[in-house]
Amino acid sequence: MTDDDRVFKALADPTRRFLLDRLFVRDGRTLTELESELEMTRFGVMKHLRLLEDASLVVTRRSGREKLHFLNPVPIRLIHDRWIDKYTERRVSALAELKHGLEEEMA
Amino acid sequence: MTTTMETTVTTQVYRVYIKARPEAIWNAITDPAWTDRYGYGGRAAYDLRPGGAYRLLASEARCSMGAPDVAVDGEVIEADPPRKLVQTWRLAMDPESAAEGFTRLTYEIEEGKGGVTKLTVIHELEGAPKLAALVAGGMEDEGAGGGWSWVLSDLKTLLETGEAFQGRVEPAVPNEGSLDPINGEVTLRICSEVGLGEK
Repeated sequence: MTDDDRVFKALADPTRRFLLDRLFVRDGRTLTELESELEMTRFGVMKHLRLLEDASLVVTRRSGREKLHFLNPVPIRLIHDRWIDKYTERRVSALAELKHGLEEEMA
Repeated sequence: MTTTMETTVTTQVYRVYIKARPEAIWNAITDPAWTDRYGYGGRAAYDLRPGGAYRLLASEARCSMGAPDVAVDGEVIEADPPRKLVQTWRLAMDPESAAEGFTRLTYEIEEGKGGVTKLTVIHELEGAPKLAALVAGGMEDEGAGGGWSWVLSDLKTLLETGEAFQGRVEPAVPNEGSLDPINGEVTLRICSEVGLGEK
Protein backbone atom coordinates (compact mmCIF):
# COMPACT_ATOMS: atom_id res chain seq x y z
CA MET A 1 0.00 0.00 0.00
CA THR A 2 1.34 3.43 -0.89
CA ASP A 3 1.26 6.46 1.44
CA ASP A 4 -1.67 7.90 -0.52
CA ASP A 5 -3.60 4.62 -0.23
CA ARG A 6 -3.18 4.70 3.54
CA VAL A 7 -4.43 8.30 3.69
CA PHE A 8 -7.51 7.63 1.56
CA LYS A 9 -8.26 4.45 3.47
CA ALA A 10 -7.97 6.29 6.79
CA LEU A 11 -10.22 9.10 5.57
CA ALA A 12 -12.83 6.70 4.19
CA ASP A 13 -14.32 6.12 7.63
CA PRO A 14 -16.72 8.52 9.42
CA THR A 15 -15.39 7.72 12.91
CA ARG A 16 -11.85 8.51 11.84
CA ARG A 17 -12.96 11.75 10.20
CA PHE A 18 -14.77 12.61 13.42
CA LEU A 19 -11.56 12.04 15.40
CA LEU A 20 -9.66 14.35 13.01
CA ASP A 21 -12.43 16.95 13.36
CA ARG A 22 -12.08 16.86 17.15
CA LEU A 23 -8.32 17.33 16.87
CA PHE A 24 -8.80 20.16 14.42
CA VAL A 25 -10.95 21.99 16.99
CA ARG A 26 -8.43 21.34 19.73
CA ASP A 27 -5.14 19.63 19.10
CA GLY A 28 -3.05 17.47 21.41
CA ARG A 29 -5.70 15.32 23.11
CA THR A 30 -5.29 12.13 25.12
CA LEU A 31 -6.98 8.83 24.26
CA THR A 32 -9.26 9.27 27.29
CA GLU A 33 -10.48 12.67 26.03
CA LEU A 34 -11.10 11.38 22.51
CA GLU A 35 -12.81 8.26 23.78
CA SER A 36 -15.25 10.31 25.90
CA GLU A 37 -16.73 11.84 22.73
CA LEU A 38 -17.47 8.53 21.04
CA GLU A 39 -19.94 5.75 21.74
CA MET A 40 -17.25 3.15 21.35
CA THR A 41 -14.96 0.97 23.42
CA ARG A 42 -11.49 2.21 24.27
CA PHE A 43 -10.11 -0.62 22.16
CA GLY A 44 -12.19 0.48 19.18
CA VAL A 45 -10.98 4.08 19.42
CA MET A 46 -7.38 2.86 19.73
CA LYS A 47 -7.79 0.83 16.55
CA HIS A 48 -9.02 3.87 14.63
CA LEU A 49 -6.24 6.04 16.02
CA ARG A 50 -3.68 3.46 14.97
CA LEU A 51 -4.92 3.59 11.37
CA LEU A 52 -4.77 7.38 11.47
CA GLU A 53 -1.21 7.14 12.82
CA ASP A 54 -0.22 4.64 10.11
CA ALA A 55 -1.42 7.16 7.54
CA SER A 56 0.53 9.84 9.42
CA LEU A 57 -2.65 11.91 9.81
CA VAL A 58 -2.18 11.72 13.55
CA VAL A 59 1.18 12.10 15.28
CA THR A 60 1.58 11.20 18.94
CA ARG A 61 3.98 12.77 21.42
CA ARG A 62 4.65 12.08 25.07
CA SER A 63 4.14 14.87 27.55
CA GLY A 64 5.00 13.66 31.03
CA ARG A 65 2.86 10.60 31.65
CA GLU A 66 0.42 11.44 28.89
CA LYS A 67 0.39 10.48 25.25
CA LEU A 68 -1.01 13.33 23.20
CA HIS A 69 -2.53 13.05 19.73
CA PHE A 70 -1.88 15.78 17.17
CA LEU A 71 -3.53 16.28 13.80
CA ASN A 72 -0.90 16.23 11.06
CA PRO A 73 -2.26 17.95 7.93
CA VAL A 74 0.83 17.33 5.78
CA PRO A 75 -0.44 14.15 4.02
CA ILE A 76 -3.62 16.01 3.00
CA ARG A 77 -1.50 18.93 1.80
CA LEU A 78 0.56 16.52 -0.33
CA ILE A 79 -2.62 15.30 -2.01
CA HIS A 80 -3.79 18.90 -2.44
CA ASP A 81 -0.49 20.00 -3.98
CA ARG A 82 -0.53 17.08 -6.39
CA TRP A 83 -3.58 18.35 -8.24
CA ILE A 84 -3.92 22.00 -7.29
CA ASP A 85 -1.08 24.27 -8.34
CA LYS A 86 -0.54 27.81 -7.20
CA TYR A 87 -2.43 29.22 -10.20
CA THR A 88 -5.60 27.22 -9.61
CA GLU A 89 -5.30 27.70 -5.85
CA ARG A 90 -6.97 31.11 -5.77
CA ARG A 91 -9.94 30.04 -7.90
CA VAL A 92 -10.43 26.87 -5.88
CA SER A 93 -10.38 28.71 -2.56
CA ALA A 94 -12.65 31.47 -3.92
CA LEU A 95 -15.26 28.87 -4.90
CA ALA A 96 -14.93 27.06 -1.56
CA GLU A 97 -15.46 30.39 0.21
CA LEU A 98 -18.50 31.18 -1.92
CA LYS A 99 -20.02 27.79 -1.04
CA HIS A 100 -19.40 28.41 2.69
CA GLY A 101 -20.87 31.90 2.51
CA LEU A 102 -24.01 30.90 0.64
CA GLU A 103 -24.67 27.87 2.80
CA GLU A 104 -24.27 29.90 5.95
CA GLU A 105 -26.78 32.43 4.62
CA MET A 106 -29.30 29.67 4.00
CA ALA A 107 -28.86 28.10 7.41
CA MET B 1 -4.20 19.81 34.14
CA THR B 2 -4.26 23.47 33.18
CA THR B 3 -0.63 23.25 32.09
CA THR B 4 -1.35 20.32 29.80
CA MET B 5 -4.24 22.16 28.19
CA GLU B 6 -2.05 25.19 27.56
CA THR B 7 0.71 23.15 25.94
CA THR B 8 -1.62 21.12 23.82
CA VAL B 9 -3.52 23.98 22.28
CA THR B 10 -0.48 26.05 21.47
CA THR B 11 1.85 23.36 20.12
CA GLN B 12 1.64 22.29 16.49
CA VAL B 13 3.19 19.06 15.21
CA TYR B 14 3.92 18.30 11.57
CA ARG B 15 5.42 15.15 10.08
CA VAL B 16 6.54 14.17 6.62
CA TYR B 17 8.34 11.12 5.22
CA ILE B 18 10.95 11.94 2.61
CA LYS B 19 12.94 9.61 0.39
CA ALA B 20 16.27 11.21 1.21
CA ARG B 21 19.23 10.82 3.56
CA PRO B 22 19.00 12.55 6.97
CA GLU B 23 22.02 14.67 5.93
CA ALA B 24 20.16 15.94 2.86
CA ILE B 25 17.22 17.00 5.03
CA TRP B 26 19.56 18.64 7.54
CA ASN B 27 21.18 20.61 4.70
CA ALA B 28 17.80 21.58 3.31
CA ILE B 29 16.99 23.17 6.67
CA THR B 30 20.33 24.80 7.44
CA ASP B 31 22.09 25.51 4.14
CA PRO B 32 21.16 28.86 2.52
CA ALA B 33 21.53 27.46 -1.00
CA TRP B 34 18.77 24.97 -0.11
CA THR B 35 16.50 27.07 2.08
CA ASP B 36 15.86 29.46 -0.79
CA ARG B 37 14.49 26.70 -2.98
CA TYR B 38 11.26 25.67 -1.23
CA GLY B 39 8.38 27.09 0.76
CA TYR B 40 8.75 30.78 1.52
CA GLY B 41 12.35 30.75 0.34
CA GLY B 42 14.97 33.02 1.85
CA ARG B 43 18.51 32.19 2.82
CA ALA B 44 19.17 30.78 6.28
CA ALA B 45 22.23 31.83 8.27
CA TYR B 46 22.86 29.56 11.24
CA ASP B 47 25.57 29.61 13.86
CA LEU B 48 24.98 25.96 14.73
CA ARG B 49 25.83 25.84 18.43
CA PRO B 50 23.88 26.58 21.61
CA GLY B 51 23.35 30.33 21.84
CA GLY B 52 24.32 30.83 18.18
CA ALA B 53 22.40 33.28 16.04
CA TYR B 54 19.83 32.34 13.42
CA ARG B 55 18.59 34.61 10.65
CA LEU B 56 16.51 33.98 7.59
CA LEU B 57 17.25 36.58 4.96
CA ALA B 58 14.38 37.54 2.71
CA SER B 59 14.41 35.93 -0.72
CA GLU B 60 15.34 38.13 -3.67
CA ALA B 61 11.75 38.30 -4.84
CA ARG B 62 10.65 39.63 -1.47
CA CYS B 63 13.67 41.94 -1.26
CA SER B 64 12.73 43.52 -4.55
CA MET B 65 9.21 44.04 -3.22
CA GLY B 66 10.73 46.07 -0.41
CA ALA B 67 10.50 43.47 2.36
CA PRO B 68 12.86 43.81 5.32
CA ASP B 69 16.19 41.99 4.94
CA VAL B 70 15.73 39.79 7.99
CA ALA B 71 12.54 37.78 7.60
CA VAL B 72 12.99 35.54 10.63
CA ASP B 73 15.35 35.66 13.60
CA GLY B 74 16.12 33.50 16.59
CA GLU B 75 18.78 31.58 18.48
CA VAL B 76 20.04 28.00 18.34
CA ILE B 77 19.30 26.00 21.50
CA GLU B 78 20.56 22.56 20.43
CA ALA B 79 22.20 21.40 17.22
CA ASP B 80 22.86 17.69 16.73
CA PRO B 81 23.42 17.19 12.98
CA PRO B 82 21.77 15.47 11.22
CA ARG B 83 19.28 14.40 13.91
CA LYS B 84 17.95 17.30 15.91
CA LEU B 85 17.78 21.07 15.80
CA VAL B 86 16.12 23.14 18.51
CA GLN B 87 15.90 26.89 18.19
CA THR B 88 13.87 29.98 18.95
CA TRP B 89 11.97 31.50 16.04
CA ARG B 90 10.34 34.87 15.47
CA LEU B 91 8.79 36.28 12.32
CA ALA B 92 10.77 39.53 12.41
CA MET B 93 9.41 40.89 9.12
CA ASP B 94 5.85 41.16 10.46
CA PRO B 95 5.65 43.73 13.31
CA GLU B 96 2.48 42.22 14.77
CA SER B 97 3.85 38.72 15.06
CA ALA B 98 7.32 39.98 16.02
CA ALA B 99 5.63 41.65 19.02
CA GLU B 100 4.40 38.21 20.13
CA GLY B 101 8.01 37.33 20.89
CA PHE B 102 10.09 34.22 20.29
CA THR B 103 8.57 30.78 19.82
CA ARG B 104 10.34 27.44 20.12
CA LEU B 105 10.91 25.25 17.10
CA THR B 106 12.24 21.68 17.00
CA TYR B 107 13.22 19.65 13.96
CA GLU B 108 13.60 15.90 14.50
CA ILE B 109 15.14 13.84 11.71
CA GLU B 110 14.95 10.07 12.00
CA GLU B 111 16.26 7.55 9.47
CA GLY B 112 13.77 4.83 8.63
CA LYS B 113 13.60 1.78 6.39
CA GLY B 114 14.15 1.79 2.62
CA GLY B 115 15.92 5.14 2.43
CA VAL B 116 12.94 7.03 3.81
CA THR B 117 13.59 9.58 6.52
CA LYS B 118 11.01 10.89 8.98
CA LEU B 119 11.03 14.64 9.58
CA THR B 120 8.97 15.99 12.48
CA VAL B 121 8.52 19.69 13.13
CA ILE B 122 7.27 20.75 16.56
CA HIS B 123 6.39 24.42 16.86
CA GLU B 124 5.59 25.61 20.38
CA LEU B 125 3.54 28.76 19.93
CA GLU B 126 2.60 29.79 23.42
CA GLY B 127 1.55 33.45 23.49
CA ALA B 128 1.76 33.78 19.71
CA PRO B 129 -1.79 33.41 18.32
CA LYS B 130 -1.13 35.45 15.17
CA LEU B 131 1.92 33.40 14.26
CA ALA B 132 0.06 30.19 15.16
CA ALA B 133 -2.66 31.01 12.63
CA LEU B 134 -0.07 31.86 10.01
CA VAL B 135 2.06 28.72 10.37
CA ALA B 136 -1.09 26.57 10.43
CA GLY B 137 -1.89 27.95 6.98
CA GLY B 138 -4.94 29.83 8.22
CA MET B 139 -3.99 32.98 6.34
CA GLU B 140 -3.35 31.40 2.95
CA ASP B 141 -6.26 33.24 1.33
CA GLU B 142 -4.61 36.52 2.30
CA GLY B 143 -1.49 35.51 0.43
CA ALA B 144 0.48 34.47 3.51
CA GLY B 145 1.25 30.99 2.17
CA GLY B 146 0.14 27.64 3.50
CA GLY B 147 2.31 27.47 6.61
CA TRP B 148 4.23 24.38 7.71
CA SER B 149 2.19 21.82 5.71
CA TRP B 150 2.86 23.77 2.56
CA VAL B 151 6.57 24.22 3.36
CA LEU B 152 7.06 20.52 4.17
CA SER B 153 5.10 19.35 1.14
CA ASP B 154 7.28 21.57 -1.03
CA LEU B 155 10.48 20.38 0.71
CA LYS B 156 9.51 16.75 0.06
CA THR B 157 8.88 17.50 -3.62
CA LEU B 158 12.20 19.32 -3.93
CA LEU B 159 14.28 16.57 -2.31
CA GLU B 160 12.54 13.74 -4.13
CA THR B 161 12.27 15.26 -7.60
CA GLY B 162 14.88 18.01 -7.59
CA GLU B 163 12.23 20.56 -8.33
CA ALA B 164 10.06 22.48 -5.90
CA PHE B 165 6.32 22.75 -6.33
CA GLN B 166 6.72 26.47 -6.82
CA GLY B 167 9.12 25.85 -9.70
CA ARG B 168 11.67 28.14 -8.13
CA VAL B 169 15.09 28.24 -9.76
CA GLU B 170 18.50 28.58 -8.21
CA PRO B 171 19.12 32.31 -7.73
CA ALA B 172 21.85 33.74 -9.92
CA VAL B 173 23.10 36.24 -7.34
CA PRO B 174 24.22 34.88 -3.99
CA ASN B 175 22.77 36.75 -1.04
CA GLU B 176 23.62 34.58 1.92
CA GLY B 177 24.69 35.68 5.33
CA SER B 178 28.06 34.28 6.28
CA LEU B 179 29.43 33.25 9.63
CA ASP B 180 32.44 35.00 10.98
CA PRO B 181 34.61 32.03 12.01
CA ILE B 182 36.31 34.03 14.78
CA ASN B 183 33.49 35.45 16.85
CA GLY B 184 30.70 33.40 15.33
CA GLU B 185 28.61 36.42 14.53
CA VAL B 186 26.36 36.39 11.55
CA THR B 187 27.28 38.99 8.99
CA LEU B 188 24.31 39.98 6.93
CA ARG B 189 24.60 40.88 3.34
CA ILE B 190 21.62 43.05 2.70
CA CYS B 191 19.45 43.26 -0.37
CA SER B 192 20.71 46.66 -1.47
CA GLU B 193 24.34 45.47 -1.51
CA VAL B 194 23.58 43.08 -4.32
CA GLY B 195 21.50 45.63 -6.10
CA LEU B 196 18.16 44.02 -5.42
CA GLY B 197 16.76 46.46 -2.90
CA GLU B 198 16.36 49.34 -5.32
CA LYS B 199 13.42 50.31 -7.45
